[in-house]
Amino acid sequence: MTLFFPTLRNNPKAAFAATVTLAALLIVLPFMVGAMGNAWVRALAFAALYVMLALGLNIVVGFAGLLDLGYIAFYAVGAYMYALLASPHLTSNFPALAAIFPGGLHSSIWMVIPMGAAIAGFFGVVLGAPVLKLRGDYLAIVTLGFGEIIRIFLNNLNAPLNFTNGPQGITLIDPVKVAGVSFARTLDLGFVKLQSVYLYYYLFLFLAVVTIFICVRLQDSRLGRAWMAIREDEIAAKAMGINVRNVKLLAFSLGASFGGVAGSMFAAFQGFVSPESFSLMESIIVLSMVVLGGIGHIPGVVLGAALLSIFPELLRHTVVPLQEQLFGRVLIDAEVLRMMLYGLAMVVVMLYRPKGIWPAPEHGVNPSSNDKGKAGGAPAAA
Amino acid sequence: MRLPPPRGAAVSEATVLRASGVNKRFGGLQALADVGVTIRRGQIYGLIGPNGAGKTTFFNVLTGLYSPDSGSFELDGRPYSPSEPHKVAEAGIARTFQNIRLFPEMTALENAMVGRHVRTRATALGAVLRTRSQRAEEAAIRARALELLDYVGIRRYADFQARTLAYGDQRRLEIARALATDPKLLALDEPAAGMNATEKLSLRELLTHIRNDGITILLIEHDVKLVMGLCDRVTVLDYGKIIAEGTPAEVQSSAAVIEAYLGGAHKPPATIGAGA
Repeated sequence: MTLFFPTLRNNPKAAFAATVTLAALLIVLPFMVGAMGNAWVRALAFAALYVMLALGLNIVVGFAGLLDLGYIAFYAVGAYMYALLASPHLTSNFPALAAIFPGGLHSSIWMVIPMGAAIAGFFGVVLGAPVLKLRGDYLAIVTLGFGEIIRIFLNNLNAPLNFTNGPQGITLIDPVKVAGVSFARTLDLGFVKLQSVYLYYYLFLFLAVVTIFICVRLQDSRLGRAWMAIREDEIAAKAMGINVRNVKLLAFSLGASFGGVAGSMFAAFQGFVSPESFSLMESIIVLSMVVLGGIGHIPGVVLGAALLSIFPELLRHTVVPLQEQLFGRVLIDAEVLRMMLYGLAMVVVMLYRPKGIWPAPEHGVNPSSNDKGKAGGAPAAA
Repeated sequence: MRLPPPRGAAVSEATVLRASGVNKRFGGLQALADVGVTIRRGQIYGLIGPNGAGKTTFFNVLTGLYSPDSGSFELDGRPYSPSEPHKVAEAGIARTFQNIRLFPEMTALENAMVGRHVRTRATALGAVLRTRSQRAEEAAIRARALELLDYVGIRRYADFQARTLAYGDQRRLEIARALATDPKLLALDEPAAGMNATEKLSLRELLTHIRNDGITILLIEHDVKLVMGLCDRVTVLDYGKIIAEGTPAEVQSSAAVIEAYLGGAHKPPATIGAGA
């Protein structure tokens, strides 16, 4: 349990209590906000999805220090993979395929999650391999281009053979089904009836926790150290025998695989995907979650993802009614206000908390910046 | 604490590194012309020369940062081609940098642990599952890194951020990190640069200690006094050519060396090495 609360490392009982409390809170949370309407539970489910996405991007940007502006492409790859494998789209466009699958294409979640991870991971390597020599701004531009290429492909792959149905997107995607329980219907557990959004919320929450678990363990390992070394000084890392190319590719593909899984879950949740869900703006929003939350710091990134995904929902539910009350009509659209506040938040955070709202604690003792170091004795001049 | 004996044959006179016919040209400048060295196990081998003599070029060729135009290399009896820096470390040459290149935000211990990377094997999957072998390996990495910090004398700063260490200690940490890769040859690029007399003295003690524990050292240095007092053999480069090779005493009396350092009738005056 200390995994989730590293500051309580020396107190396993407190860590256990904190974990149980937090888990209980997260389990009853949808019932608390659900009283205000299912839209709020839906927002929570999306928050969990964004936590996965942001943590995946954090592996690339935070751990390995590679600025990736096209991350949403992997989300798109995962979403379209699920959409194609679990909707009537392919069978209705390719009669030959329909002959093989007379009952239509329906993929089990147990197949889709590993496949989403694998295919997106593969795309991560495909993107990573040619751009490894680039750094900083140059890398950002190329990855931005890659993200756009994927979106444009999805937009145009409807002729001559209709793979993606172009801008109309793919509809009638199967909901998630676990052990015969369809997530599209209300599940009656006897003591409580769980509606569809609640089921998805729990599923995404579970996946987000798994993602956190994997990220924490990766960070605190030989590989995590290698990533940090590359981020700090690539030439020195090479001289220490780290195969920088492979280690970077691994960051790209691991990060992408989380995006892929999140994407396939998104497709199942929405029942519909179209290229416009995967615009550059989405990449930027996920990156903002990482940067605003605390780049490279897992709890910070989780916080950033939760804040930035709940915030627009909050705005949507308050701004319009408030303006109608005050002025009798809507003067500023919630969407416009959201972008304005995003910009403002960026500026404020960069000015006052450049390392994020909840920044990563410094490694070890820094005698010049905290009192603990002074107590431990500053290093004597050699 | 003792460093483990170098792997392979225990023959003390075996050649660790043999480089011959190394040429490197930058445009019109012949930076290295037919340079060759033979370093025997257990030696501290000095490479000196005035500014611009090609010391660092040779060093960078040897460690895979530059690719030579021609030349052959043999490391521990096996042919070795310094193609990529990370393969150089794997082959058994660990280096330090003239301008210290630590991982500044990581702790001293973590810096040394990164040095173990090339000799360890845990995968991403092993890290996620925390397999028994991964945990054992991680513990071994930590133990070895601590041992090496102790060896170079900075164990008490293990949890300090590398950038907060004193200058001399940063140099020591760089050496510990290089030793963590289990090198056959430890290549030091001007380790005494910027050090005061006391620091130089303790560096000298440390290097002697490392040599006595069986690690071969290639030392590039400006400080002639340090080189002469420390090295078993010395090669002097000037304008990319070897002008003298031998024991420090032999080299010191060589007319070519004196001319290179103090200037002759037909050459522009070269800089005198600090402390000469």
